[in-house]
Amino acid sequence: MRFKWLIPAIYIFFLLLPIYWLVNMSLKTNEEILSVFTLWPRDLTFANYKVIFTDASWYSGYINSMIYVSINVVISVTLALPAAYAFSRYSFVGDKHLFFWLLTNRMAPPAVFALPFFQLYSSIGLFDTHIAVAIAHCLFNLPLAVWILEGFMSGIPKEIDETAFVDGYSWPRFFIKIFIPNIASGIGVTAFFCFMFSWVELLLARTLTAVNAKPISAIMTRTVSASGLDWGVLAAAGVLTILPGALVIYFVRNHIAKGFALGRV
Amino acid sequence: MIVKQPNQKAWFMVLPVFLVVAFSAVIPLMTVVNYSVQDTFGNNVFSWVGMDWFKDLIHSERFHAAFLKQLMFSGIILLIEVPLGIAIALAMPKKGWGVPVCLISMALPLLIPWNVVGTIWQIFGRVDIGLLGHTLASLGFHYNYTQDPVAAWITIIIMDVWHWTSLVVLLCYAGLCSIPDAYYQAAKIDGASSPAVFRYIQLPKMQRVLLIAILLRFMDSFMIYTEPFVITGGGPGNSTTFMSIDLVKMAVGQFDLGPAAAMSLVYFLVILLLCWVFYTVMSNVGEESANGGH
Repeated sequence: MRFKWLIPAIYIFFLLLPIYWLVNMSLKTNEEILSVFTLWPRDLTFANYKVIFTDASWYSGYINSMIYVSINVVISVTLALPAAYAFSRYSFVGDKHLFFWLLTNRMAPPAVFALPFFQLYSSIGLFDTHIAVAIAHCLFNLPLAVWILEGFMSGIPKEIDETAFVDGYSWPRFFIKIFIPNIASGIGVTAFFCFMFSWVELLLARTLTAVNAKPISAIMTRTVSASGLDWGVLAAAGVLTILPGALVIYFVRNHIAKGFALGRV
Repeated sequence: MIVKQPNQKAWFMVLPVFLVVAFSAVIPLMTVVNYSVQDTFGNNVFSWVGMDWFKDLIHSERFHAAFLKQLMFSGIILLIEVPLGIAIALAMPKKGWGVPVCLISMALPLLIPWNVVGTIWQIFGRVDIGLLGHTLASLGFHYNYTQDPVAAWITIIIMDVWHWTSLVVLLCYAGLCSIPDAYYQAAKIDGASSPAVFRYIQLPKMQRVLLIAILLRFMDSFMIYTEPFVITGGGPGNSTTFMSIDLVKMAVGQFDLGPAAAMSLVYFLVILLLCWVFYTVMSNVGEESANGGH
């Protein structure tokens, strides 16, 4: 099989081609996009990016997205840590049912929840805040975080806990000083997946925000319908939404395979 | 396997997660149940209609059509993505500089916001400014996803293959990496052919991750909303109106809260059933391998 490398190579080419087209378009002027068909920008311009970085209605979208994604990752990981520990170490009344019920929420279609979420968050005065989106995304990220972390924690031998307790560690001190460093890469993988699913979600984020917390992806949909023709800026905005994900992948690339190997996605 | 101690105080560790998820899941779900048995003419005046919406839904052709389209879409997606994903995972390098290159570039589509995925393919497929559309048009194909239902379906399917095959690849790759080298050496000594190695070593080792990949892909494609909404908006006509799109149209577009709520519940029950199958099958497979299957 000398040409085996061709299969992934062709696949990666297929993956990168549409992304290249987007980058290509973001570096063209609108006249060039609409009038001539060019495989690379003839008239290289960064004007589209300049629009995004100077117009507050554009760049605030990135800031909003980053804020609610960060809040969500912090909430998900902190709350999921003790819960995953409980699931991996103890049996208690209703543990299996609770675990299954948590998982069902990972599988709930966001379309089902969009309207009730809007009413719920409006009625408690959280509509159009970052915290509302962050909590709404916990619906699918918290079960996921518990699931992934439980997988990593079950791989840690129980003797570690017992030795620490014999040595006189209290539970919180043991958990922070000994247990967490042991599952550091698991926490990394969990944070990665929480980031990923919160960053890519649009339906709930759009439903729960109006102005102050509007995510970048929602701003993009609005601009398409309003101006309709500003393809260059749209493409530039798209390219800028890919970058955070690409950075995150680069930093956790060694942990990803490990996380996938546990089969807890 | 860890032997778990009975300890009821563990509930206190689970409680925060339980409360947050319950807040986001139970209250909205009760709202949906509430709507599904009532009718409204606005102004917050509701009247009890019992099971009427559910009866309407079961006999509604619109629902049947959306449901069938959804099943067909998920079926096609699985038939393409799973074999393709396995093939690519088998061909991926096991060490060297190729590994990070493959992992990073393959994970890239998974981290693009879903509506941007839609936008990328909307642009890419356009006949006037898109590479794909323009190339096809200049080769003489009549390709226009905004007017031709077949072209719209093909575009959405290729887009989904582009977006999600990597998930299958990465899962299978992780499964393949967990096979010790000794297995391959033993196969070599026995003179096993490569199909035999695949059938008796690689496939059994991939079984668990493959199952997860198939079920995850099935469920996520069953809930697909954003990407087709951006590309076709459910059209041309109703040809790509999948369940989620239909639901949002009904609830937000037409404000038919009762029927939309009834449909939400049926939709959710279907997913719940799938989730139960998923969970049962997976824990059975897990127990088999824990009892020393191989």
